[in-house]
Amino acid sequence: MSARFWILDVVFFALLVAIAIPFGRFLTRVFAGENRASQRALGWLERGIYRVAGVDPAKEHSWTAYAGLMLLFSLVTQLVTHVLLRYQHKLPFNPTKLDAVPPWLAYNTATSFTTNTNWQSYGGETTMSYLSQAVALTSHNFFSAGVGVCVAVALIRGLARAESPTIGNFWVDLVRVHLYVLLPLCLGYAVFLVSQGVIQTWQGPATWTALDGTQQWILRGPVASQEAIKMLGTNGGGYFNANSAHPFENPTPLSNFVQMLSIWAIPAALCVTLGDMMKSRGHGRAVFGAMAFLGVVGILVLGYFESKGTPLLANAGADLGTLGHPGGNMEGKELRFGIADSALFATVTTGASCGAVNAMHDSFTPLGGLVPMFNMQLGEVVFGGVGAGMYGILVYVILAVFLAGLMVGRTPEYLGKKIDSRDVRFAALYALIPAFSILIFTALGLMTEAGRSGIANAGPDGAPVPHGFSEVLYAFSSGTANNGSAFAGLTAYSPQHPIFYSLTLGLAMFVGRFPLIIAALAIAGNMAKKKRVPVGPGSFPVEGGLFVGLLVGTVVLVGALTFFPALAIGPLVEHVMMHR
Amino acid sequence: MGEGGSRRVSKHSVRKQHSMWDPAIVRPAIVESFKKLDPRAMAKNPVMFVVEAGSLLVTVLFVRDVVTGHAVGVKFAVQVIAWLWFTVIFANFAEAMAEGRGKAQADTLRKMRTTTTARRIRRTDDETPLKVGALPEGVGGGEEVAATELRKGDVVWVAAGDMIPADGEILEGIASVDESAITGESAPVVREAGGDRSAVTGGTRVLSDWVKIEIRQDPGTGFIDRMIALVEGSSRQKTPNEIALTILLSALTLIFLVAVATLEPYARFFHGSLGVMALVALLVCLIPTTIGGLLSAIGIAGMDRLVQHNVLATSGRAVEAAGDIDVLMLDKTGTITFGNRQAFQFLPVSGVDEAELARVAALSSLADETPEGKSIVVLAAQRAIAPALPEGATFVPFTARTRMSGIDSAAGHMLRKGASDMVIAHVRAKGGPVPADLQAIVAKVAGEGGTPLVVADGAKILGVVYLKDTVKPGMRERFARMRAMGIKTVMITGDNPLTAKKIAEEAGVDDFLAEATPEAKLAYIHKMQEGGRLVAMTGDGTNDAPALARADVGVAMNTGTQAAKEAGNMVDLDSDPTKLIEVVEIGKQLLMTRGSLTTFSIANDVAKYFSILPAMFTGILAFQAVQGQPRSSAFWALNVMRLGSPSSAILSAVIFNALVIVALIPLALRGVKYRPLGAGVLLRRNLLVYGLGGVVAPFVAIKAIDLLVNVLHLA
Amino acid sequence: MIKNLRACLAITAILLVLCCAFYPAVVTAAAQAVFPSQANGSLLVQNGVTRGSSLLGQTFGDNAQWPEYFWGRPSAASPDAATSVLYSSGSNYGPLNPALKDEVEARVKALRDTGVTGPIPVDLVTKSASGLDPHLSPAAIQVQIPRVAKARGMQEAELRALIAEHTEAPTLGFMGERRANVLTLNLALDAKRPVAHVAPAPASSTALAAPNAVTP
Repeated sequence: MSARFWILDVVFFALLVAIAIPFGRFLTRVFAGENRASQRALGWLERGIYRVAGVDPAKEHSWTAYAGLMLLFSLVTQLVTHVLLRYQHKLPFNPTKLDAVPPWLAYNTATSFTTNTNWQSYGGETTMSYLSQAVALTSHNFFSAGVGVCVAVALIRGLARAESPTIGNFWVDLVRVHLYVLLPLCLGYAVFLVSQGVIQTWQGPATWTALDGTQQWILRGPVASQEAIKMLGTNGGGYFNANSAHPFENPTPLSNFVQMLSIWAIPAALCVTLGDMMKSRGHGRAVFGAMAFLGVVGILVLGYFESKGTPLLANAGADLGTLGHPGGNMEGKELRFGIADSALFATVTTGASCGAVNAMHDSFTPLGGLVPMFNMQLGEVVFGGVGAGMYGILVYVILAVFLAGLMVGRTPEYLGKKIDSRDVRFAALYALIPAFSILIFTALGLMTEAGRSGIANAGPDGAPVPHGFSEVLYAFSSGTANNGSAFAGLTAYSPQHPIFYSLTLGLAMFVGRFPLIIAALAIAGNMAKKKRVPVGPGSFPVEGGLFVGLLVGTVVLVGALTFFPALAIGPLVEHVMMHR
Repeated sequence: MGEGGSRRVSKHSVRKQHSMWDPAIVRPAIVESFKKLDPRAMAKNPVMFVVEAGSLLVTVLFVRDVVTGHAVGVKFAVQVIAWLWFTVIFANFAEAMAEGRGKAQADTLRKMRTTTTARRIRRTDDETPLKVGALPEGVGGGEEVAATELRKGDVVWVAAGDMIPADGEILEGIASVDESAITGESAPVVREAGGDRSAVTGGTRVLSDWVKIEIRQDPGTGFIDRMIALVEGSSRQKTPNEIALTILLSALTLIFLVAVATLEPYARFFHGSLGVMALVALLVCLIPTTIGGLLSAIGIAGMDRLVQHNVLATSGRAVEAAGDIDVLMLDKTGTITFGNRQAFQFLPVSGVDEAELARVAALSSLADETPEGKSIVVLAAQRAIAPALPEGATFVPFTARTRMSGIDSAAGHMLRKGASDMVIAHVRAKGGPVPADLQAIVAKVAGEGGTPLVVADGAKILGVVYLKDTVKPGMRERFARMRAMGIKTVMITGDNPLTAKKIAEEAGVDDFLAEATPEAKLAYIHKMQEGGRLVAMTGDGTNDAPALARADVGVAMNTGTQAAKEAGNMVDLDSDPTKLIEVVEIGKQLLMTRGSLTTFSIANDVAKYFSILPAMFTGILAFQAVQGQPRSSAFWALNVMRLGSPSSAILSAVIFNALVIVALIPLALRGVKYRPLGAGVLLRRNLLVYGLGGVVAPFVAIKAIDLLVNVLHLA
Repeated sequence: MIKNLRACLAITAILLVLCCAFYPAVVTAAAQAVFPSQANGSLLVQNGVTRGSSLLGQTFGDNAQWPEYFWGRPSAASPDAATSVLYSSGSNYGPLNPALKDEVEARVKALRDTGVTGPIPVDLVTKSASGLDPHLSPAAIQVQIPRVAKARGMQEAELRALIAEHTEAPTLGFMGERRANVLTLNLALDAKRPVAHVAPAPASSTALAAPNAVTP
């Protein structure tokens, strides 16, 4: 791995910390309603929205009400998207005269964007009108990210409060995250992206005669505005099929660097918010540390194996050295990013539930490809999706504290809150549901003709190979974890088999989102009700290196024990075979 | 804490400690572990239920294959099936062992209420008033009934030599009672009507005099009955932590069930098949059988340890709560201090020599057997003053009326020591003067929390003996350790705040409650609980009952009143208030044992995966095999332990999985070592031992078993 | 319930307006005002004729037919049958895919056929992620110098200088790879030493791709 690789990653993490601290503090103020400066500018709008909507911002919700409203909002917005996709041919802003999105694809896509997954069983260029892109899809880039942050903040509130029947007002949290966080940031961010070459236009496709005399048509559109929230909201749904590998989405190494930072910005900042709201900055640091540790390991593994290249490329006559070129496994990677920026991007995008890609994960080396897959199977807690990463890691914290807490001889206590069987029940459900979804749907994919027919990679005689298995495993890991990236060789939608993956991935995305949110909110409600025991020397320590180690250990062990067999059948065996 | 002695079993205990593998317990436990195979019983333990179901499944399939003549690899199959069943049986055995040890304890407890007969002089539903003060009509009056027939509210008459038939309260009479059956203390204790010493326990024996007792418990609901049920495990309710842990273990079991079940379709994708036997073996190895098998044994053993410390608890919940205690409320007298006041200083009035005062004080105390009297003699002796008792002198004991004691010489000369007002009155009556500085000395001693004893020689007041309550040695260190554990100690005393503060500082407690009334105690507990803290306290008097009931852990002294015992959730048979500290440690140990073994159990899975998974898939992707090597599926490369063969790998993992349960039974029954350290240090230790150890140990053990299996050609 | 539904619909509507109308409109206005070239695709316009986008690579149906140009990275992008727009895509070949082996071997052979003897940088024979990668590593361009020099009748030193002009260093020294834009380089070649395109005898039977050809 080159010197550039190390400098890139060190600078990346240094900047991430530098951004997270002030940003996290700002988020704390926003959700406490104490962001005076921005309220002076936009307070009139916020109050106006409440008035129009008939919302009393002072009235807080119980966890059940909070969950109910979250579901209602998600249902309504998903329906809006579904309808827009189905009728895009009758609506304006459709310069390439695209037809309506077919029903199963519309269902899958609407679910996908509502759940912050942004799995795309379609190519943007050939399926979505400008209106569909800008309204039906981009709206969810905001909404699903906003909902994620709301849930994370509600859970932190539940943990931080004592003897409280409520965990916040859903509408207030939702409006604030849009008004004070997502929209202002995206405005500046999108313009920056344009400066780098990301397009932002309502003109139709551009066309020219290429060097070889052929006529090329390149789709354009309002990309930058969608790109900004796609990253910041860890959505990941590309305007183009090639996503952030497409030069119109991610033209320069600088735009790439900023995109990576923006993926982890809110999740990392939420660690600071966690420390602030729970009045234990050390705990916030520890959670950040655990996430960062997992991220660094991922980057190193991915970077190492990708920069080593593959025996196949070497045997076919390609030079994998690094003299005057990046070397390594360049299949499916953009040259301006090389190995280093691609490895970091892949770790960042799958550590968070973003799923934007600047390189084709399907073409990664076996162990390089294992990293994104495992990141998703861990439940997206390497900073994780906007909000989702925070509530995910907090559930892991509860599991870790429960298990290890017994070992210090007390009923496990998380910053003064005793963990009871109700908390454990919901935390266990939180761990159980994704495991079931990924493993069972993968089995279904392999057992059915419709499932197998989507697989792209096969052996010399079309025989099943571990990589084909990995494509299916990756798909359901990605769907369940609400990531949206893919081993994109898998054909998840075809006119011959329109239903299987649309339905199963739709279900996977759904169960990977809403039941988990409800479990997290249930824990929030249960925790909020409890009394707080003062923290003392006998209390379980939730900061410092020991806790970081414990949390990392719990996350990895739970993930590894659940998915080791599947990972062995996929990437591990493929790795062994590659070196035969 | 070897030096502090929390691990020590109460020295008076009559209950013998059974050695770990006492045949008297092991033999019935073996029988019991087969009886427990009943699926209805197994269903209570989801983890082991899955193991049993899996074992049954492979057994049935195997028998079918044998009958139809399709069985292949019989030797291997028989061994795997046998070890699967052993896994279930070993887990049952662990539980049966714990129950057996509990039963042994229960049997001793049960002896206390062996069928005695009682003389009932009034039935609970009898409306006629009880004749107070009257002896029953002659010895042998009343009706003779079996103790088991007594109901709450019945009144019985117990005379010298009789066994007290059930727990109750003395209505009338006074008796010396031999309570050694419960406490192990051979010296008889006095029990009398009224006051705080009116409770009697069934199974103890009246040695002298007689008492009328109102029975306070229906048969089978007495404290001992409840305890018997608990240690036997028959009425054991799962504690909150146990419930939470069971949920987690069930979730893990479900996850592994799916992880294993989906392997078959995965294998079919590669046109292979894994077979039920290997799948069940993998499942059984992965699900947390170690903790699942030992969980109930740990709980029962925790109760058992408590009994060994001569503490009876009404519920497992109380034991668990003891581990969570944040605030420990301890009575000053008898717990923190010796309770009896010790002579500390001789303070003569002006014009009197200290030696003279010491001599008279010692003389007046020579025949005094009270601890105070003895301590005066000792203090004088330290000043080389050791007078002999004059010939013919008579001892005048302390009475509540005179509040003085001393000696009268044969010549009628009176030496007195006692409460200042009484001695002053005594001297004035004899026409003696009261020294001018006496009041100041008395006031000073009282102000410091001491007790002033005024000494008079005839009509002359010599000075004051300063009696001081002394803190027991080692208490300071003990409280410091509690502090390290995160437990706040609070001293409860009737003293004034000034005195209380002084003693609190000396003893090193964190807080004190001075001039404590029952209401003040209750209010203090309430305040602590409002702040989310769990409070433990000890008490013996009836007026302690509300506070004992309110506290999360209330330990009543066995010498205390029935009301106190009913209010608390534990009874200390030794009536040793410092025992609370040990109770807390037992509670902590119980939780730690559960947590540690769970961690160990889960950490074990890593090695099990690496032994079984490559073996299972050995027939799959064999198209990648290198020529000439029989087991060269790509999967076999994951056999990092280099186990001998696929079948020996599976067998070794299954054997390890079964044996580790047996290997950990002693640890489960004894509990992991508890040290009074901060949570951080404890966590680091236990994570290292049970977490990291749990990952590493099975790699070594499975490899060793595999070597043995291959040497013996078992697979 | 009605109250909640009203709140939900009202907030959804307001947020839709803010996020999907107001926001993109403001961004578009700002972009078109401040960065009009970038906002519309960084199009390369020579004498009023659009030659392409400086961000998008252009490939040749059959490289062997175009010895006078530097060849860019192989591409998996293809025009969509219905709309003709170029559909960005990677190959999605796994690391053991036999097709990957065949294709890389074929490309290596094609380069060897043009006289390349040294090591062939991996980026020159592997498909990019988007299929539109405009760049190559300096090494991958340099191995093509003899062929292009011969076809254009230029000095290799002249080409080297031109390549150096079109080579970009990593941003701030650590972001991204050292790279050259093949399209702008080729356009510069045409500007400097235009040659009439004469296709050599086809090495394979691959026909020249027709405009708007539907070849997925």
